[in-house]
Amino acid sequence: MIEVSRLTKRYGDKTAVDDLSFTVEPGMVTGFLGPNGAGKSTTMRMIVGLDVPTSGSATVNGRPYAAHRAPLREVGTLLEARAVHTSRSASNHLLALAATHGISKSRVAEVIELVGLRDVAGKRAGGFSLGMGQRLGIASALLGDPATVMLDEPVNGLDPEGIRWVRDLLRGLAAEGRTVFVSSHLMSEMAVTADHLIVVGRGKLLADMSMSEFIDANSSATVRLRTPRAAELRDLLAGDGVTVTGQAADTLEVTGLGAAEIGERALRAGIALHELTPAQASLEEAFMAMTGDSVEYHGATTHEIPATERGAA
Amino acid sequence: MTATTLTPEPVVRAPLTVRGDGPTQARAVVSEFVKMRSLRSTSLTMLAAVLGMAGLGLLISAITNNNFDRMPPDEIAHFDAIGRSLGGVNIAQLAIGVLGVLLVTGEYGTGMIRSTFAAIPTRLPVLWAKAGLYAVSTFVIMLPSAFVAFLGGQRLLGVHGTTLSAPNALRAVFGTALYLMVIGVLAVAIGFIVRRTAGGIAALFGLLLVLPGIGNLLPVSWQTSVLPYLPSNAGGALYTIQPDPGTLAPWTGFAVLCVWAAVGIVAAAVVLKRRDV
Repeated sequence: MIEVSRLTKRYGDKTAVDDLSFTVEPGMVTGFLGPNGAGKSTTMRMIVGLDVPTSGSATVNGRPYAAHRAPLREVGTLLEARAVHTSRSASNHLLALAATHGISKSRVAEVIELVGLRDVAGKRAGGFSLGMGQRLGIASALLGDPATVMLDEPVNGLDPEGIRWVRDLLRGLAAEGRTVFVSSHLMSEMAVTADHLIVVGRGKLLADMSMSEFIDANSSATVRLRTPRAAELRDLLAGDGVTVTGQAADTLEVTGLGAAEIGERALRAGIALHELTPAQASLEEAFMAMTGDSVEYHGATTHEIPATERGAA
Repeated sequence: MTATTLTPEPVVRAPLTVRGDGPTQARAVVSEFVKMRSLRSTSLTMLAAVLGMAGLGLLISAITNNNFDRMPPDEIAHFDAIGRSLGGVNIAQLAIGVLGVLLVTGEYGTGMIRSTFAAIPTRLPVLWAKAGLYAVSTFVIMLPSAFVAFLGGQRLLGVHGTTLSAPNALRAVFGTALYLMVIGVLAVAIGFIVRRTAGGIAALFGLLLVLPGIGNLLPVSWQTSVLPYLPSNAGGALYTIQPDPGTLAPWTGFAVLCVWAAVGIVAAAVVLKRRDV
């Protein structure tokens, strides 16, 4: 379990993480979402003690990371920027990390096998593709068989097969009861991986809720309907807070009214419906709607932006 | 890279109850040893240090013997056979200094340092391990190199050579290895303080080579109170047979060099605890 409490990080007058509080529970995949520069990586670095918070605190399994007797066995971390010496082979990198905790060579071989790097384990990590580098980072994270796994942008640079593998891996780790905390700026990836979402924008917490709650809270559901008397029905439904748009001559998309209410009104007017489909907005749309605000907010309050750019924004 | 190479195995189910010990100072040393050994730059730079110390010493001795009669009478009168054979120390310290800085800044430059400190979040054991391991490695490798330079050098000097039983000969040979060892520690400390390769190497050799040169421009009264205490001058007293006037006594000078290294290590420890990685 990861607990973050009123965490704040300031660099000079720039606030990278702003009074952030959340809890990451075991047994599920928690997605940590936000646009680039939202403070995700900084937050993760503070959780493992690489960066010291300006104020607030972060604990893992009840203690600060550095206070654990065997940190790598508590939390396995993949940090976004590569954290590997480019001139060292993958297996020597892992052996050096393993040596700090007395982890056996057989465990090193096991994680190399697990991430599929066996054939290149003796090669310089500097020659690795981005995807292979990510696999090596994941191998490092799993080395101590930790109860908590924290991965920063793990699918970055992976091919579709690799993305699918990470997804299965994360779900598997969560199913084993581990705490899985994974950051991404890709909503589409989180939609199929995460059970719970923590959304940040400009260092502030924007949402902390389950995936389905997130979608409900951040989108107005659209209802698609088909009827031969589309024009008549459009007049009947239009009103305060209701938007009706027509795609084709016999198709309408209604926002602001539930499917049940639409059906009732059509029945009272004697209009036949050939289709009545509630369609949820995609996660991507919900994400854009939410973080779009935080980006605008930033633009309006940042004084460094020249007047011409501000006018354009 | 073919796709089959990267085909992952299914997730290995591991029990969550597996718990073991964490980092200790000894484990930090083992980890640093694995790291040091697994970089080609380590062995290449160490080889350069050995060649500088032993190879250059032998070369200088051979050339000296061939040209002995053509040397100015003044130089012949003050001929220092011991110092001549150990002349490679100046080249060896370049290699030892560069490698000491690189062992640290190489980690900062590549991002490896984040993995290192994620594994050992208390950080200081990493500093002790790197400095201690590098000190021991340097001494263990440079002592035989200094012996080769001395014994081989004396033989190549022929009739102009001396023996290990000559006054101060043993002190000079051991002193060469001890000097390089402490320079190595100073280099590691500067690496942690500066964190960048170019800046770290510049800072180290600014301290060792440039500062004494600038010191010579000071008023003479200042020179005598400053120059002997600079790290390379102070430490050099230990392996120098015919010191310049004003040079510290051999072991006093070495103690002063050790103080420089200790101050460097303490400064490195302070910034290491305070700064973000």
